[in-house]
This record gives sequence, structure tokens and C-alpha cells, in this order.
Amino acid sequence: MRPSIALATAILAASTYFVPISGIVASNSLSGAFAQSEKSGPVVTSFTLDNGLQVVVIPDRRAPVVTHMVWYKAGAADEPPGKSGIAHYLEHLMFKGTKTVKNGEFSAKIASIGGQENAFTSSDYTAYFQRITPEALPEMMRLEADRMENLVLTNEIIIPERDVVQEERNARTENNPGSLLREAMSAAMYQNHPYGIPIIGWQHEVNALDKDDAIAFYDKYYTPNNAILVVAGDVDVETVRKLATDTYGKVARRAEPGERMRPTEPPPRAARRLEMSDARVRTPSFQRLYLAPSYYSDEDGEAEALEILSAILGGGSTSRLYRELVVEQKIATSAGAWYQGGALDHTEFGFYGSPAPGTTLAQVETRTQAVIDELLKSGVTEEEVKRASKRLIRSSIFTQDSQSTLARIYGASLTLGSTIKDVQDWPERIAKVTPEKILEVAKKYLKLNRSVTGYLKPEVDAQANEG
Amino acid sequence: MKTLDLINLKSAGKAFARLALATAFLVVAPAAYAVDMKTIVSSKGVKALLVEDYTVPLIAISYSFKGGTTQDAPGKEGTAKLLTNTLDEGAGDIKSLAFQEALDDNGMKYSFSAGTDSFSGSVQVLKPDAERSFELLTLMLNKPRFDAEPVGRMKASRLNGLRAEATNPQAIASKALRENLFADHPYSRAANGTIETMEGLTGTDLEDYRKRVFAKDNLVIGVVGAISPDELSKVLDRVFGDLPKKAKLTPVPEWKVATGKKIQIDFETPQTNIRLAYPGLKRDDKDFFAAYLMNYVLGGGSFSSRLYEEVREKRGLAYGVYSYLATYDYSGFTGVGTATRAERANTALEVLRAEVERMAAEGPTAEELDKARRYIKGSYAISNLDTSAKIAGVLVAIQSADLGIDYIDKRDEYLDAVTLEDVKRVAARLLASEPTVITVGKPQG
Repeated sequence: MRPSIALATAILAASTYFVPISGIVASNSLSGAFAQSEKSGPVVTSFTLDNGLQVVVIPDRRAPVVTHMVWYKAGAADEPPGKSGIAHYLEHLMFKGTKTVKNGEFSAKIASIGGQENAFTSSDYTAYFQRITPEALPEMMRLEADRMENLVLTNEIIIPERDVVQEERNARTENNPGSLLREAMSAAMYQNHPYGIPIIGWQHEVNALDKDDAIAFYDKYYTPNNAILVVAGDVDVETVRKLATDTYGKVARRAEPGERMRPTEPPPRAARRLEMSDARVRTPSFQRLYLAPSYYSDEDGEAEALEILSAILGGGSTSRLYRELVVEQKIATSAGAWYQGGALDHTEFGFYGSPAPGTTLAQVETRTQAVIDELLKSGVTEEEVKRASKRLIRSSIFTQDSQSTLARIYGASLTLGSTIKDVQDWPERIAKVTPEKILEVAKKYLKLNRSVTGYLKPEVDAQANEG
Repeated sequence: MKTLDLINLKSAGKAFARLALATAFLVVAPAAYAVDMKTIVSSKGVKALLVEDYTVPLIAISYSFKGGTTQDAPGKEGTAKLLTNTLDEGAGDIKSLAFQEALDDNGMKYSFSAGTDSFSGSVQVLKPDAERSFELLTLMLNKPRFDAEPVGRMKASRLNGLRAEATNPQAIASKALRENLFADHPYSRAANGTIETMEGLTGTDLEDYRKRVFAKDNLVIGVVGAISPDELSKVLDRVFGDLPKKAKLTPVPEWKVATGKKIQIDFETPQTNIRLAYPGLKRDDKDFFAAYLMNYVLGGGSFSSRLYEEVREKRGLAYGVYSYLATYDYSGFTGVGTATRAERANTALEVLRAEVERMAAEGPTAEELDKARRYIKGSYAISNLDTSAKIAGVLVAIQSADLGIDYIDKRDEYLDAVTLEDVKRVAARLLASEPTVITVGKPQG
């Protein structure tokens, strides 16, 4: 028996095609999606309503299904100090009803036609979506527009939901030593920027969140001029324009969130090292993160070069790290690298590896460092770059098959500041990356003072693999 | 939000095992959306369902061999799972690394998976690269090398996973459930293998499994995309045509699960995992749709079920709470589960049991049944028919479960034929017994 895989998981799997260990932001690297075959790819249109809401339409008329998403330019990194988790908690509370719609009524309407819905929060954005048949689109737009301005919260409803969030934190983080270490590594990585705070929030701060915190965040960021509507699937532009004007168009500008300025990182001076032991750990693992620019904070094509650098160093079983550590030396059972380019501010370039029985974390780290050093010394070959970029570009064509994935790619990219053209030109930019540029970004960013190294270990007495 | 709200950028996404399992099979489409499918039979006798579509320059193929992990030889548990990792590690004259490079350069997307009752795979190929993609797929299915080096590497990786299972509360609960429900039936065996069996596996075991299970008489195929019937016919012959005519499957006996046991497994973790198991049914049971509707009302409907309402919405006891019909080819059970903090675990368990008892005694209301019916009709197309790859999967599911080529058109009728009495009867049939209860953690409260 194989449980059927829920929709959201399927979308995620698709969007994390390149960077399997990171979340949706990786989808950004899929950006150019269909620029490769413009002839057959959908024509993406965008316009802006008078109240500032940007609308993006991505037609895919193959099946009578529509993906309707609203993206807010507000995420965990926009939370006030001491209120960690409020962006995500508010996301849960957005399902609790409005002045005219009862708690659960929106969800019930979606269920009554067999639709799917969900929402997600990242450091940089929060998004809500429904997947429905085209006839239901007007109703979805009416209800989604309604909860953009008319949310009503009572303590009776929101206190149990806070417990739900704590259970979610338990399930995602507290239950899992690997997640606990990652949380600690992020906190060590960002010395000033809020990316160091977990999206779900610190447990003690989540415990203290209340209705006023949620409403304050809502009133500050949930306004049409801070949102992007994405409609993909069996629709045409004119229908969406009319429906959007009649629904979202009537929502007042509720706030002026202004420029998205977060506290920035000082120059990193010291390499940081963390170790965590936990009785639940059976297989030790090594991770190394480097502070690196994102697609949105980089200078002149650095992100594209980092994308290919990560593919060459650690993307899959033909990568340098896998071949050296797993195939040749046999000191690791897994080894690789990833780059999380889809973030507003400086982000992470990461390495991971798990030692083979009889070898140590230190051996895995040393050998990983040797692979990095060799690259810093000799650079990458023209052929490696061609292969990696071709592979990235080819894979992006597959996103044409999924309206949900396209909606996510455009939603995330535009929310972070891309234009439609930026998204469509991504394959072209990837194709232009040179070995020289890759060596340049590697030298600039893969420096130990920019890094955090983490060791996850079994508890000392159960430690068979550590020498 | 509700099942998957937070995409945590800072932690490994795949570390989080999803709690909201839906149901154990793939539901198929409503009559409103006609899927224009053709049956293709190649000259070597390979049959496939095809939906032609040239909108996107892709071809999606799904296929499934009846068999699955039940066909692992005794003492060789984990063979089918290891096979999913080794078919692409060298084939024909091409060794592991060169083969991986060839796959990379070609850009095809592919996957293999070993379920309990079937071994299945899928590919998505770009039309301009299709020739090479099919060549590589043919090699993987017909001439995998299973060289000692890559097999050893894949085993090492799987062994790592098996070691981690020992301290994963979800895996611990699943193992206890499986072993208790299925006793000495093949379904009780460890699909992923054990450390001992995995260590013992060799390329010979993999080839032996492949020869027994990859055949034409237990194979179903679904194809969607930019390919004509004639082109497909040639592809079918090439990829699948030279497989043996008949599979050599070890028969799996029918099994009725026995419930009523209480198993508490002590484990230091903040959350207690709770699993309940009741008798179930198979996909071909005449009460299947009645049970499916009942399950939706109880805990299958993600944000609208009774369990969601009582456990999560009203009491904030858990993030994920669910029920599901686990339908196997030769058995079935009905599962219920959640995870909650230790001090509320007993409360959560009481609520779960009370809701199941209420369903067993009273069934759903007419209104609940109506809602369930509408959801299950409508969700079919929305969830399953929006991408070529998913439609290919549906074509396979229809054939695997022998639902009939008109299933997509008939599905609404089947659902409409279910009465409230039917659902009440099946609720009592499945849920009136004493469940097997498994708790992993330190339940209190």
C-alpha cells in the first residue's frame, strides 16, 4: 500500500527539483520555466489594479482546473522583535473567518466542490491558495479578497490554534534532532539579520503571541498594494481582469508597508562551529553553511554562478563531492552541496555529508574541504559548466506540465522583486555563466570566516562511529 | 496552514514526515472531464492506455508491475526497495558513473518505486530527446548491471536510513502496526528490509527479483503527451517488448487483520504518536465507495473531517490528525492517527476513540454524506487530471485495480449509488471492533 501523496507535497517535490534539501524558495531557481520553448509555453500576463494589487495570469487550458494564489510580501523576517512566529501563526488564523464569513466557511465552500487549499509561510512571503474548477473562481476571489481586510479573531478561536502551532513545531522541529541543529546553525549564521530566527518561531515566544500581535501584523502587511495575485490554469486574461477588479479591486489600501529593509549582516569575522549530541541520532552528519548572496541581493550574475557552482560541487551523483567522498574514497554514504538563491537578502550556500561506518565526521569535513580547496585552486572546466547549465535549463522545461508549479515560481519570484521577464530570462542567464565567474564567486564566498559548521552526533556512549 | 503551512527555509524539508495521510489508493476522475484515451497494443503484445496531447513538448509514461515488496525472497527483505536505487546505476555496456552522466545529459525525469503489491516507475521525457531517453529506459529495465561497487554504495545509503528508523517515532509506530496487524503474513515483513537482510543483499538478488517480477503479463502502462499511437507502439515494443511473457510471482494469501491489541512503546520524544487500526476492506469490495465516503467524513477530509474538528480545531491537540483506508491487494485495514504532546496524549486518544465509536454507532448524517459525495466527485479532476504526469498515473491506477476503461465516466454513478444506509452499515462493519492501539512516546494526561 502506498498512501496517495497530497497535492502540496507534489508541488513541493517539483519545486525542489534542484535543491532537494531546501524549501520552496528553491523553486525560484526553476524560474525560466518555459522560456526554453516559448513557442509552446504559456503567455504570462501581468497588470496592476488601482489599489496597487499586482495580478499575474498564466493560462494552461489543458484541464478544467484553476490555481488561485495570493502572495503577501511579508514573512517571518518581517516580524517585530520578540514576536517570532507571528507571520506563521497569522497564516493559520486567516482560516478563522471574517466579518461576514464564519470560521471554516471558506474551507467548507472549497471542499464542497472538491477543491484543494492550503497556505505557507517563508521568511520572505506568505501565500494562500486554492485549486478549483473555473466556475468556482469568482467565489474564491470574493472570499480571498474578503479576508484580505475583514479578518475577525476571538480568543476562543485563536488559543487552541496556538496549541496547534506548538504541535506543528513539535512535529517539525522538536521531534527531530537534525532540525534542532539546523535551527541553531541558522541562529549562529545570522548575527544581525532576522533569517536567524526560525519561521515557526521560538517556542517561548510563540507561547506568548496573542490576538493583538496577529492583528498588528495583519494590519501592517495584508493590503492589496503589498500582495500579488496569481491565477494559473483554465482561464483567460480578460476574465481574470474583470473578476479581480470586481473583488480585489474593492479592497482599500489598508497600509503602506514601504521598502523591505531588514537589519543587515556585518562582515563575518569568525568561523563558527556547533556540535549537538542527541540520543535519537543514529547516523552522524556534517553540515557547513556559508553566507552567500541571493538572486535578489547579489551583484551582477553572482547568484546564477553560485547555482551552477552548487550543481558542479554537489548536485547529484555525478557531482565532485559525491564522486570523491562516496564513490572514490568511500568515507561517506552521502555528500553534496546546495544553494538557496530565492531569498530577499543574503542567504546560504551549504554542504552536507554523512560518514560511512568506521569513518568520522572530521574525515568527511576534511575531505569536503579538500574538494572545495581544489576548486578554489583550479576552478571548473568549460565542460562541467556546460553540462550543469544544460541540465538546469532542461529540467526547467518540465515545469510547463504543472500549472501549480508555474504559479509558485511566478508568485515567489515576483513577490521577491523579479519581473516576468526576469523569470523568463533565467535559462538565458544560466547559459551565460562562465568558468571564470564561478571561480570568482567561489573565492569570494566560500571563505571560512563566512561559515558555520555543524556536527550532529549520537550521544557519547552510543557513539560507534566517532574516533 | 493546515496540513503544510510552513515551508521552512532553514531546515531540511524532507525531514518532516507528513502527518496527513489521505487514503491508500488513487481515486479516479469525474464524468464531466472526458479524458480521451486510446488502447494501444504493440506487435509484441504490450498494452498501454494513451492520451495524446501536444500542448507541451513532453511525454509522460507511468507503468506498474504487479508484485512489489511481497515478492522479496524470504530473508531478502529490502530487495525491491534496493532495486529502485540500482536500476539506474549502470546498464548494458555502460557503467555506473557513465550511465549517471548519460541520464544527466539527457535530462529525462524518472522514478522507480516499490509498493507493497507493485513495482512501478514513471518517466517524463522531452520530445526532442525522446529517442535517447527511451534507449536509456530500455537499458535500465532490461539490462541493469548491478555491479558490486554501486550496489554496495546504495546499500550503505539504505543502511543509514534503516539505522535512523530505529529512533524515528513514526517508523517505530508503523513497524509495530504492521507486525501486529499482519502477524506472519508477507505484509508484516519489513519492506525496507532490516539491517541484517540489507547487509546480505547482492546484485544476484536484484537480478533474480527483476527476472521474476518484470514481465508482460503483470504490467500496465499509461502514456500522456506528444506521441502518436504508431510512435508509441514502437516505443512499447522497444522498452517492454522483450521482457518475459509471464511473471513468476509468489502467491500472496488473503488475510483478515486481527485487532484489539494495546502496545505502548516507550520513547523519549516531545510528542506521542498514536495509531489505531480497525478492520478494513479491499479495493474490489462492493462496499468500497461507501467506506471511502465514510472515511472522508471521519478523518479523510483534510480540513473538514470530524477528527479534524474535534482534535485540532476545537481542542488544539494536534497539528495532524487523520483516518485512512489502507487497501492492499490481499487485505486491508482502517487506520486512525495523530501525534500530540505527552501530557495530552491520553486525552487525544480518548477523543479519537469516542469519534470512531460515534461513527460506528450512528454513521454520518445525511448532510455529511452529501458533502463527502460532492467533495469526492469534484476533487478527482482537480487533484488528478491537471498534469500529464498525474494523468499517466491515473491510467495506470485504473488498470491496476481493474476498474474498467469507462471508470472515469462511471465513477460519479458509483458514488451516487451509495445510500446513507450503506455508509452506516459499512461504518459498523469496519469500526465496531476493538482497535489495535499503538502509542510511541511517554503518554500521560
